[in-house]
Amino acid sequence: MTIKLNGDPHEIPQPLSVSALLADLSIDPRRVAVEHNLTVVKKAAYDSAMVGDGDEVEIVNFVGGG
Amino acid sequence: MSDLVIAGRTFRSRLIVGTGKYPSHAIMKAAHEASGADMVTVAVRRVDISRQTESLLDYIDTAKIFLLPNTAACYTAEDAIRTARLGREAGMSNWVKLEVIGDEQTLFPDNEGLLTATRVLVEEGFIVLPYTNDDPVMCRKLAEAGAAAVMPLGAPIGSGLGIQNPNNIRIIREQAKVPVIVDAGVGTASDAAVAMELGADGVLMNTAIAGATDPVAMARAMKLAVEAGRLAYLAGRIPRKSYATASSPLHGVVGS
Repeated sequence: MTIKLNGDPHEIPQPLSVSALLADLSIDPRRVAVEHNLTVVKKAAYDSAMVGDGDEVEIVNFVGGG
Repeated sequence: MSDLVIAGRTFRSRLIVGTGKYPSHAIMKAAHEASGADMVTVAVRRVDISRQTESLLDYIDTAKIFLLPNTAACYTAEDAIRTARLGREAGMSNWVKLEVIGDEQTLFPDNEGLLTATRVLVEEGFIVLPYTNDDPVMCRKLAEAGAAAVMPLGAPIGSGLGIQNPNNIRIIREQAKVPVIVDAGVGTASDAAVAMELGADGVLMNTAIAGATDPVAMARAMKLAVEAGRLAYLAGRIPRKSYATASSPLHGVVGS
């Protein structure tokens, strides 16, 4: 199945929790924020929020800016 | 010299600095230390999925420095609100430097979108610091909408032109019931001093430090300029006059 991850198509084998998706991507969950179908996912919900086919996911972090 | 207080939070420094465009993270860290700033701005961007990158946060001592996420490069209230919500989740604070940009060339704010986004985010419990035009009426409207401070531009972002409309900054300070932070346009230390002498409660800058030949030295210059400008403002400058007034006694001159 395919999700849209940060604007690009991304294949996942089966529906994944946000925690599992971040682990697959080797992303430290403490330093990012995740948006799932336009709604911010609270860190406490990373284990329970499930990402499935056709979903849109944005993973952001802090970068240099003014 | 008194501290800067915004929304009940106390900052020891009246200089707020950015984290963008430094030659390296190490130089940024050194510049932050030299600036004495205890609040820095950060941008919220997509994680690079394809490769591991060095984290900005490894170079910011968040025990000492408060992170202020921005909504830079957002052109609609909706995008700015979305970015603010993500920034809150990433940073675990409800503060946001709110930018709604209206023009690519000047990066001037879109007042309409800015006001809309301010109202929505204040309603959601955010501490909103909007980057705005140097317009006293707009600043009043933003404060009435619940902005915790107003951040009028001194000149276009990254332009280094200095304070283009000092009279407006002075009027904004006289009228505003919230702190006034001059945000953007500073080029060198004297510009920061001018902003503070006009009564600004603080100055926010990025490019002036990050883009200097020696960012660490410029950061220290800015620290001193902000302190000097604040002291001069509090000290009360003399009135401007067109003609000279002698500083030395006019009597007792030799040969008179």
